Parts: sequence; structure tokens; C-alpha cells
Amino acid sequence: MSISISPASEPFVGEQFDDIEQQRDAAKLGMWIFLATEVLFFGGLFLGYTIYRFTYGHVFVAASRKLDVLIGGTNTAVLLISSLLMAFAVRAAKLDQRRALVGLLAGTALLGCVFMSLKAVEYHKDYVDHLVPRMGFKWEGTDPGNAELFYWIYFAMTGLHAIHVTVGIAIMLVLALLAWLGKFAHGNHNAVEIAGLYWHFVDIVWVFLFPLLYLVGHR
Amino acid sequence: MEEVVQPNVYVRTCIALLMLLAVTWSIAYINLGPFNLIVALAVSIAKAIVIALFFMHIKGSSRILHLAAVAGVIWLLILISLTLGDYISRGWVPLNH
Repeated sequence: MSISISPASEPFVGEQFDDIEQQRDAAKLGMWIFLATEVLFFGGLFLGYTIYRFTYGHVFVAASRKLDVLIGGTNTAVLLISSLLMAFAVRAAKLDQRRALVGLLAGTALLGCVFMSLKAVEYHKDYVDHLVPRMGFKWEGTDPGNAELFYWIYFAMTGLHAIHVTVGIAIMLVLALLAWLGKFAHGNHNAVEIAGLYWHFVDIVWVFLFPLLYLVGHR
Repeated sequence: MEEVVQPNVYVRTCIALLMLLAVTWSIAYINLGPFNLIVALAVSIAKAIVIALFFMHIKGSSRILHLAAVAGVIWLLILISLTLGDYISRGWVPLNH
């Protein structure tokens, strides 16, 4: 194997791969398999949600109405738009447009931060409204135990999702820095592409969380 | 350099997603009984498919990626349907203690 003279001028292909195409396919397949495990990771919570909603439907409707649908809905739009920026970032990486790539990755991270800020405002509002289980939880209506259960599920699902968004923001910032240093030039953009898959996946999870948590029954 | 799709594909995808969000959001204010849940789930599934097809480039990717993408969902459906099968059918058959 000859040592390449100028490593930055051509795509780096690991020696276990025949060519750059195979390397790209392997990276994408690995990421999709990881995402399948993530589906099952969140799946346990979705299953718990399904069973309890099936069992205590009326309390879930009442509990869901106390959530702030405006913040939840706005956050859905924020994540959908961040996915648009991410898709453009992957495109910029493929076209070797360094400046656009840095800007789009930073923009994606920024919208992630907007999402997290709105979530923080919302969690604080939930706390003030006595909706946080074990932390001053108060329920005026019937069946407070199962109303509290709804909020356990709400905090577990949105909390796990928020951890994923936080990880995503960190990934985008690191990638933006590496992009600034020109690490993804000349076809070495696998990292950007699979980070994009992760970001879109986190978006998809929220697409399900929003109606299932905020819009139980009609409002 | 790899092939890329036209920018307006992504813009249209995003507009479609925001329109679907508006549908879920507004349908929640109309009482459709059990159909509220069905419509909400149908819209969410549609959004997920649109994101996977266009943002995640499942459209135009290899068969093995299609398989990996669908595998997680199929296992999730097995998990949910078997567990619900248990919960829904409890009490159907009287038990002799």
C-alpha cells in the first residue's frame, strides 16, 4: 500500500474497504442498525405509554390537557426546520462547500438549543403548575395516582429525547469545528452524513411524542 | 464528488412536514372520538416516512438500508402487538383457581 502524498486532496479509504463507495455504504448501514436499536430503546417507553393509555385513557386525556401545546407544537416546528438545515449541511458536505457546511451545522446546533431552551421553560412551567411527580405534585381531578403516572411517562419520554437532542447539539458543534478545519473536504464527509441520520431520527421521535403526549383526545 | 439532490426537494419536504404538523395540531381541536388518535398516528407515520425518504435519503439508497430501516420498526410492532394482545385479552377466559 502506497502512502498518499497529500492526504487532504483525496478521500481517505480505510484498508478494510475496497473503495470509497463501500466505505460510505458501511458507515450508513452501521448507523441505520444503530438507529434500529434506538427505535427499540425508545420502543420500551412507547410500549409502556400504550399500555397505560389503554388502561387509564380518561385520566391521560385530562392530564395531557395541562401540558403547554403551544410550546410543544412550536418545538415540533423548530426540530423540523433544524432537520431541513441538517439536510442542507449533508448536501454542502457532499459538494465540498466548507463555509456553507460550517454555517449549516452551527445553525442546526442553534435550533437544537432553541428546542432545549423552550423545553427548559416548559419544565419550569410544569414545576410551577405542580405537575412534576414527587416534586410537589398536586392533582385536583379524579385518580391523582394515574395522573401522576402520565407525568412520569411524559418526563421519562421527553427527558430521554432531550438527552438525545443534547448529544446531537454536541455532535453538531464538534462537526462544525472539524468542518471549519477542513476535515470533511474531498469526499471525507461520512461523519456529517451519519450525524445527519442521527439528527433526523431524533426529529422523528419527537414527531411521535408531540401528538401522543400533548394531544391525547381532543382539546 | 457524490450525487446530490436539488435543494428544492429539501425545501418541499420541510413545507410538507410543517403542513402535516398543522393538520395534527388543528385536528386536535375537533372531537372525532377514537379517530383523533388514529388521525394523529397516521399523520405522525406519514411525517416519519417523509423524513426517512427525503431527509435520510432512504429514497434512492440500497436495499440493505431499506431492510435496516424497516427492521427496527417491525420489531417494535411485534413488541407492541404481542403485549397488547395480552392486555386486551385478559379476562376473556375465566381462570379456575
